[in-house]
Amino acid sequence: MNQRLIADLEHLLTREHVLSRPEDLLLYEYDGSVEVARPNCIVFPRDASDVVRIVEIANHHDVPIVGRGAGTGLSGGALARHGGIIVSFARMNRILEIDIENQRAVVQPGVVNSDLSAAVAHAGLHFAPDPSSQKACTIGGNVSENAGGPHTLAYGVTTNHILGLQLVLPDAQLIRIGGKSLDAPGYDLCGLFVGSEGTLALVTEITVRLTRSPEAVKTLLAIYDRVDGATETVVEITARGITPAACEMLDGWTLRAVEAWVHAGFPLDSAAVLLIEVDGLREAAEEHAAQITEVCKLHGAREVRVARDAKERDLLWKGRKNAFGAVGRLSPTYYVQDGVIPRTKLPQTLREIERIGKENGFEIGNIFHAGDGNLHPIILFDARDEKQFHRAVSTADAIIRFCIEMGGAITGEHGVGMEKDRLMPLLFSEADLLLMRSVRDAFNPAGRLNPGKIFPTGKGCGEVRIRPMPLAGTAMHSTQSGSTSS
Amino acid sequence: MNAPATVPLSRIADIVGATNVITEPSALAAYTVDGLAPQIAARPASAQEVSELVKFAAAEKLAVIPTGARTKLGVGMPPSRYDLAIDMTRLDRVISYDPGDLTLSVEPGIPLSRLAQVLAEHNQFLPLAVPFYDRATVGGTLASGVDSPLRQAYGTARDFVLGMEFVSGDGALTKSGGRVVKNVSGYDLHKLFLGSIGSLGLITRVDFKTFPLPRASATFLASFADATAAANFNSLIQKSSLRCHSVEILSPKAAEILDAPTNGGWSVAVSIAGTDAVIARAHRDLETMARNVAPNSFRNFARLGAAAEESLYLAAREFPATAATNRAVVVKLSCLPDSIAPLCQQVTTIAEKHSIATAHVFHGVGVGYCALLSQNSAAAQLKECSQQLLALSANNSTFASIPYCPLELKRQLSVWGPPREDFILHQHVKCTFDPHNIFAPGRFVGGL
Repeated sequence: MNQRLIADLEHLLTREHVLSRPEDLLLYEYDGSVEVARPNCIVFPRDASDVVRIVEIANHHDVPIVGRGAGTGLSGGALARHGGIIVSFARMNRILEIDIENQRAVVQPGVVNSDLSAAVAHAGLHFAPDPSSQKACTIGGNVSENAGGPHTLAYGVTTNHILGLQLVLPDAQLIRIGGKSLDAPGYDLCGLFVGSEGTLALVTEITVRLTRSPEAVKTLLAIYDRVDGATETVVEITARGITPAACEMLDGWTLRAVEAWVHAGFPLDSAAVLLIEVDGLREAAEEHAAQITEVCKLHGAREVRVARDAKERDLLWKGRKNAFGAVGRLSPTYYVQDGVIPRTKLPQTLREIERIGKENGFEIGNIFHAGDGNLHPIILFDARDEKQFHRAVSTADAIIRFCIEMGGAITGEHGVGMEKDRLMPLLFSEADLLLMRSVRDAFNPAGRLNPGKIFPTGKGCGEVRIRPMPLAGTAMHSTQSGSTSS
Repeated sequence: MNAPATVPLSRIADIVGATNVITEPSALAAYTVDGLAPQIAARPASAQEVSELVKFAAAEKLAVIPTGARTKLGVGMPPSRYDLAIDMTRLDRVISYDPGDLTLSVEPGIPLSRLAQVLAEHNQFLPLAVPFYDRATVGGTLASGVDSPLRQAYGTARDFVLGMEFVSGDGALTKSGGRVVKNVSGYDLHKLFLGSIGSLGLITRVDFKTFPLPRASATFLASFADATAAANFNSLIQKSSLRCHSVEILSPKAAEILDAPTNGGWSVAVSIAGTDAVIARAHRDLETMARNVAPNSFRNFARLGAAAEESLYLAAREFPATAATNRAVVVKLSCLPDSIAPLCQQVTTIAEKHSIATAHVFHGVGVGYCALLSQNSAAAQLKECSQQLLALSANNSTFASIPYCPLELKRQLSVWGPPREDFILHQHVKCTFDPHNIFAPGRFVGGL
């Protein structure tokens, strides 16, 4: 059957655009997560009509279909959990329309996030969602996962910037939802499809809102000798109603790892730093920077540095955005969690994460979107040691359980995928999951689209396979430093 | 389809208590939707009671319409059936409020004005400056999908509703989202409820992100001889670095209805919040833009005094409500910001052909309301005009619908506009949430 499937796909797309040799499949059996799953083949459509035909072929052969952008996702969203066809949007990477006047763009799903911002920078615009992987990740992937990023604190996540989609449904229908204008009559289908992790349709075209870039930006680095000082600062900034454009925290362990590689200027002897950015009108940015500096000092910041120019600012951000690459230099494998908590619970949650780590014998680094309460504890482990791997997963689960106890959620921006599906029942009741499943089944009745994602399968975490190890001496994650999206 | 002959009362009384069951026709008249009164109205006090009521309604195939303050029940098509009104106003508690986290969970029946007082104690607010504000409830506001002038700065409810609990077709109490400001756990089902006018189920809890109340604000009013100049001024504002709270484009007739202190022509009211320095900067920038955008068309630019600012804010917020209360046909239009002037002109031309005067209030982001001031025009003229306006939504760049109009006209229109290619997906949603077709049947897009 596989041969006939491949032959049909090659007939449609030419042999050049269908990969099925074992060595090719290896490259597509992983993404930015710790999961592994091997597809039957990878196809590279040129346009929506190719995608329609691919879906028809998949239906004919009754095999799963999984959309894939750059493969930078952190929850296994772009992996073919049950095999089948991976539809890579790498060739559908054209910006179809830029409407400066109305601050809109229409793009194909394979357009790289930062390429869109670069294409509209001359007009003082940008695409607001800015995951750390933005130099590699695609807007199609951002839509599927409802991606976030540091600046979504003030500007909103992907769903707040998507106005319309062209979709290929699992029955191969091509359909448009939403539009360039606001408030299309009917249910908010874009709101449902964005973040549905490729389980409802394949996205072939995206209409986005572009955001005006601020005239003034101030980037502050607040340096603390106590982690509590940093977390308490975030609590008070939030409570005072100051919304920075971004508010990121790196704990001492993480900033030392980053500094050794990126040389961003993080002080090596500190317990934590906050990277806070304010922007807007010059008059407003100045005032907010002054208020934030005051709060930082009040909570024991030993120093608050202000980036003097764009170069200094870029360096600080480089440190933040390449942090996961830096961590990859220290450990062959690591596990990143993505829990969210109310901002008021930050200090106690960070203390609890430290306690859980100690109890399980792990050093846990923290680098995260503090202003959103979106944590990214990093657990270093050695995947060659299966016991350690399972202990890492259970440690991460303990953290998630605590987040939920605090009134939080299991994932802020990475998605559920095949990594956190087993955690869904911690957050959602049977009735909640049943309705979500019914929605999936209404749109994706045969379950052919990205099967094995979001919904618990009833299998334990023992199912999680361990990613094969790289050759000795190569650090797996360091080669993907730009491609993890936290 | 006819309603069941009699609704078994005793079971409903068992659920909500006899004192919370309404059966007298005079009292039921208050729950009338488009001329149709229910046989019974029930006033549950908890999500659990709502769930029980829906289970009962599903078993008995009773058509249900959820109601709040009943200010916007006229939105949508007339229901095809209507047996049971579920009055949500007793579910009016603040469930949790964490001012330090800027998050809030409330029951749907709480009035916006009461909630505003709770939030104001902590210098916070929800940017829901919607029509019928003084009476409207949270649930009704979200379900009717009304927008507000503040969308310029804050977006609409879809941008700050974090999660919901609701009762859908099988009576199960269900939730999506959560109480944290960033969350991708599971499908965002709650977004489907925004603007669904009760067709998917009953909202029993809403989780919101709240916002700090701006300390000071100012409103500037610029007027121009024509719509194009006003719209071009708006374009400059949208492209500037100013972060305005609201930008409202008013036609001459609308300015008159809103009692805006203009000297005729098309005007633009711009509100901005911030420190004195920010407001002074906005004043300079806006005045320069207004004077230079179309010197021949420019008439006036002024900062409003506090009383005039407040009065214009209220009048603009209430414009669709004021028009609806006066039995005007209210057309909601969406377009790209650079098409606001041509669209207003197109609408005016169509209306004038039918001897109908118009008043336009357009949010600068490209969503507006046009009232057809038709007191003396013939019914046939009004119908034809309305149909032609609805037909303007011909592609994905312009949408037209009629949220408010007199019933006799509505019966002859398809108020949601022409069918769209994605209708099948709406059907999937409706059938999934409401498999027995008991929620507000017939009212939503395409007769769903």
